[in-house]
Amino acid sequence: MTIMEPRKHGDASDGMVGGRQTRFEGNLKVTGGATYALEYPIEGVAHAVLLQSTIPAGRVTSVDTSKAKAAPGVLLILTPDDDLGLMTASDWYGNRPENQPYHPLPREVSFNGQSIVAVIAESREQALEAAKLICVTYAQTPAVASIDDPKAGEGKVMGNLTIGWGDAEAALAAAPIRIEGEYSTPREYHVAMEPHGLTVKWDGDQLTVWEPSQWSHGMARSYSEWFGIPYENVRLISPFIGGGFGSKGAALAYSAVAAFAAKKLGRPVKLAVTRPQNFTSYGGRAATRQKIKLGATEDGVLQAIVHRGASETSTYMDYPEQTGAATPILYKVENFSSQHRVVPVNTVTPGALRGPGKNPSAFGIESAMEELAYKLGMDPLELRLKNYADHDYQSGKPWSTRRLREALTEGAAAFGWSKRSHEPRSMRDGNQLVGWGIGCGTFPVIQAPSEAMIRILGNGRVEVVSGAIDMGQGTYTILAQTVAEVFGIPVDQVEVHLGDSRLPGSAIAGGSMLAGSILGAVHKAATAARDELIGLALSDEKSPLRDTGANTLTFSGGRIAVPRDQGPSLSLPELMAALGRDEIETRRNTLPDGATPQEHHQAWTTMAKVQGPTMGEFSMHSWCAHFAEVRVDEDFGTVRVSRIVSAFDCGRLYNPRLVESQWRGGIIMGIGQALLEEGLVDQRNGRTVNNNMGDYLVPTNADVSDIQVISVGIPDYGASALGGKGVGEVGIVGVAPAIANAVFHATGKRVRDLPITLEKLI
Amino acid sequence: MRDFSYLRASSADEARQAALQAGSALLAGGTTLLDLAKCGVMEPETVVDITHLSGLGGIEVDANGARIGALAKMGEVADNVGIRAAFPAVSESLSLAASAQLRNMATIGGNLLQRTRCSYFREPAVFPACHKRNPGSGCSAMGGITRNHAVLGTSDTCIASYPGDLAVALVAFDAVVELGGRTVSVDDFFLLPGNTPERETVLERGEMITAITVPSSAAATNSTYLKVRDRQSYEFAAASAAVGLEFEADGRTVRDIRVALGGVATKPWRVRGVEQALIGKMLSLETVETASRLAMEGAVSHGANRYKIELAPRVVARAILKVGGLA
Ligand SMILES: Cc1cc2nc3c(=O)[nH]c(=O)nc-3n(C[C@H](O)[C@H](O)[C@H](O)COP(=O)(O)OP(=O)(O)OC[C@H]3O[C@@H](n4cnc5c(N)ncnc54)[C@H](O)[C@@H]3O)c2cc1C
Ligand code: SF4
Repeated sequence: MTIMEPRKHGDASDGMVGGRQTRFEGNLKVTGGATYALEYPIEGVAHAVLLQSTIPAGRVTSVDTSKAKAAPGVLLILTPDDDLGLMTASDWYGNRPENQPYHPLPREVSFNGQSIVAVIAESREQALEAAKLICVTYAQTPAVASIDDPKAGEGKVMGNLTIGWGDAEAALAAAPIRIEGEYSTPREYHVAMEPHGLTVKWDGDQLTVWEPSQWSHGMARSYSEWFGIPYENVRLISPFIGGGFGSKGAALAYSAVAAFAAKKLGRPVKLAVTRPQNFTSYGGRAATRQKIKLGATEDGVLQAIVHRGASETSTYMDYPEQTGAATPILYKVENFSSQHRVVPVNTVTPGALRGPGKNPSAFGIESAMEELAYKLGMDPLELRLKNYADHDYQSGKPWSTRRLREALTEGAAAFGWSKRSHEPRSMRDGNQLVGWGIGCGTFPVIQAPSEAMIRILGNGRVEVVSGAIDMGQGTYTILAQTVAEVFGIPVDQVEVHLGDSRLPGSAIAGGSMLAGSILGAVHKAATAARDELIGLALSDEKSPLRDTGANTLTFSGGRIAVPRDQGPSLSLPELMAALGRDEIETRRNTLPDGATPQEHHQAWTTMAKVQGPTMGEFSMHSWCAHFAEVRVDEDFGTVRVSRIVSAFDCGRLYNPRLVESQWRGGIIMGIGQALLEEGLVDQRNGRTVNNNMGDYLVPTNADVSDIQVISVGIPDYGASALGGKGVGEVGIVGVAPAIANAVFHATGKRVRDLPITLEKLI
Repeated sequence: MRDFSYLRASSADEARQAALQAGSALLAGGTTLLDLAKCGVMEPETVVDITHLSGLGGIEVDANGARIGALAKMGEVADNVGIRAAFPAVSESLSLAASAQLRNMATIGGNLLQRTRCSYFREPAVFPACHKRNPGSGCSAMGGITRNHAVLGTSDTCIASYPGDLAVALVAFDAVVELGGRTVSVDDFFLLPGNTPERETVLERGEMITAITVPSSAAATNSTYLKVRDRQSYEFAAASAAVGLEFEADGRTVRDIRVALGGVATKPWRVRGVEQALIGKMLSLETVETASRLAMEGAVSHGANRYKIELAPRVVARAILKVGGLA
């Protein structure tokens, strides 16, 4: 752990919070000292493997396990014939159907790759081998392979996503300049480095689960509900996570299967989901389709936006990938209409993947805006500034802060946008066509109540304890920084304990809401602990600071002293020793005072108390503007991103180093989305055939060139207690359209369906 | 993964003997074998480890050519100074292949014998029909996702492309595979799928690749390997070309040219038609482009791989222009 350089306290760039502290747990990770869920050495563990459906729709009519049962090492085989006796758990919002049994290995097959059988054996190899001996018979029914399947139809309109004001159709018809485009994005996958899986162990009716988790409390709740045991009996442990990107927020069917098997066998069970199975054990980003029509005056003033979007969902649940999420808030427009449909197909229910909704939505509107700019013969930067939204036209509320104008202008300056030549195909470098494009992005500020505990120990160390998780985004580090600042101590005097559902409740690490939510609680708890210590120091007769006449104390440079006084100063351990205390503990949360225990439980284990961006008097969002430069080899159709400059307004940055790393990560994922990533669905059986990392391509280092990130944000205390807005999701939003726009500028070819693979340009 | 027995061969003869048994497989770097074992495509009962055998490694380069031992690592060969000087296309084909980790592990013998990346070949449980895996069972790829499938050398039974890079460079320069008892040119070593796509090479059970030799030539010295793909590294070729060129004394007329294609054919694909069209000609943008189109003679597409027919000649042309000093 590195020791923080001494810093002044104060504004966003100065204090401990706001310092460029390196990752608290970085050493552990790079030296292999961080233990991940499947690495815990648990004695007597049995190994479970999943067998998944090979048809897209139908019914399992029989499962012949006779050979598998006789295979070496096999302990248990679970099939749709087994009633596991589980009950359906709550949804994200805590709604729970009454008395509804839960079948994690269902008889009805809704998609290709659905888990239907589990084999548990002494070794993983034995389980895998036995699984091959199982013969499943199906009664197949007609399937809809994907949104492109003619049988898919139009789907259903999601009424709650219909947005409109003014008279968009009429204004569009009256607009002298109009453009129209259809934009599509394919199925995309999280492909986190750490595949999914878990280890489970029962001790009587106490369940311990080691599972990578973006939300230890919410996932623990599912287990307690499935098995009908008290919430307190479940302990979900997840101190380190090898990437989640939205995929690790829920306990899933295979989790229930593993926990059941462990119970039945009376021994711990480990279940590792294989890489191909990771493509169907939870949902990636749904494929989307959008039709966008823009109307403008001849000098480029937007008159109307008409947006019609659709996304794939499963046949058993409506999950919308909201294509109209960014469309209404990026620009000033008096007439607006948006509708979103979900189209049920035979797929696993899609899920949230970095920048859910906003991401494909931005691909549509940000591509369309550049199409309009070219139609007008106007600089796309100028068009965006001209139609700058002075307030949120959707909610009618003022922005809490919105520095998108600064992002656009400062990003443009850093990129050298003024040297652009407007005409497509007008910039070259040798035999490469060069193009520049812009894409704006946004993500809402979402918050949830959280809780934290602080313990000042006799040895002067301060512990901060929370069930929040760290999947690489920096929770350990910024919690340490926050506590270090409150106590005026170096960060290496702080200990952080995370990732355990037994610890105080926390918001999910998702929707970019964790940092803002948890820091509020940590700051509150730390301040309370400090106040308690001050109280003791000023009143306890054993305290050397008692008779100083001071009514408060300062904490700085590791010393506790009377303000503006030459008098005594003590270190934290000295003061604790003087007071004869070996511990001071506080626990604080950000729920309203007087919240009931039920409300506490609901707050940590469901999304019911999550606050959206417009629930208060302001409309609160993070913003960004990406400037991309591409080089296209026209003979080959290959696109290389040679440069990206991105300017962000995410409010105050708690740790610029970690924030920049998140932004860069988002941008790199955006490069993948623009150029490489696509789940290829075989239309004959609904199978995603490139279900491995050799064939589902994400960017390599060689694909990532020069990325410059700039912060233009100012503290936004309307958005969060410490002034930050979310940083994790917004980075990817707008990257793909920036690249697609640059490709158009380079080649004159407008690619409206991602990814932009070479055959689309030759 | 199935239980298998493991035999560490102590001599080449012992390895050959063991390999004679049905259900056995030689293990070199293991990067193909283990991968396909996990997919359930190759399930050997006995794995015969040849990595400890002496005399199968080493890289020798002299005026006559190069001799590369079967156990030489991809990375070693790519970085070998002699290979880089006398056979740049061979070195480049390796350094543009796979990833650094794989190149450090994988051997030259194993590299030639890597299997197709056809997705349907790799998922037996979901796609039982695959003539290559199970002769007579059908072909799941036809009518499916065929973006990476071959357009040249295909048959009614199989359209899987040969994915490797090295063999493309080798076939361009008349390399020869040493099989202990006999030698076969790389071109003859690989078989077209025809009606027997399960037979990919002339290698017989119990035979082992011991080395590869590549004769020197002026064309090999002035050569390049151009690999085109969506991702900048760590991806198989959408189309690639190995090209070597020798001019007459005038520096413009083609005396000797070698052209081979990768990523588009069912085996490493020498295109003598392009070579013949250019020998004796002055190299120009136009002659090159016209000749390069001949590379696609007989090409047939199956859906999404149509673009390869457009792309491959452009790759050939660029590679020729590059070694000819025109690009
Ligand atoms: C993710 C990924 C990406 C890749 N990308 C590329 C790429 O871009 N370009 C490319 O060219 N390759 C690529 N490869 C393939 C890689 O180059 C091969 O896997 C590797 O070269 C095989 O060598 P090996 O020594 O590991 O072979 P092994 O796996 O040990 O053996 C492969 C086969 O050859 C047999 N065998 C091995 N040695 C001998 C011998 N001496 N005599 C007879 N039979 C033998 C084995 O029995 C086995 O059947 C990639 C592989 C992976 C996994
Ligand atoms: S193309 Fe060849 S390898 Fe692929 S499925 Fe068809 S027969 Fe099998």
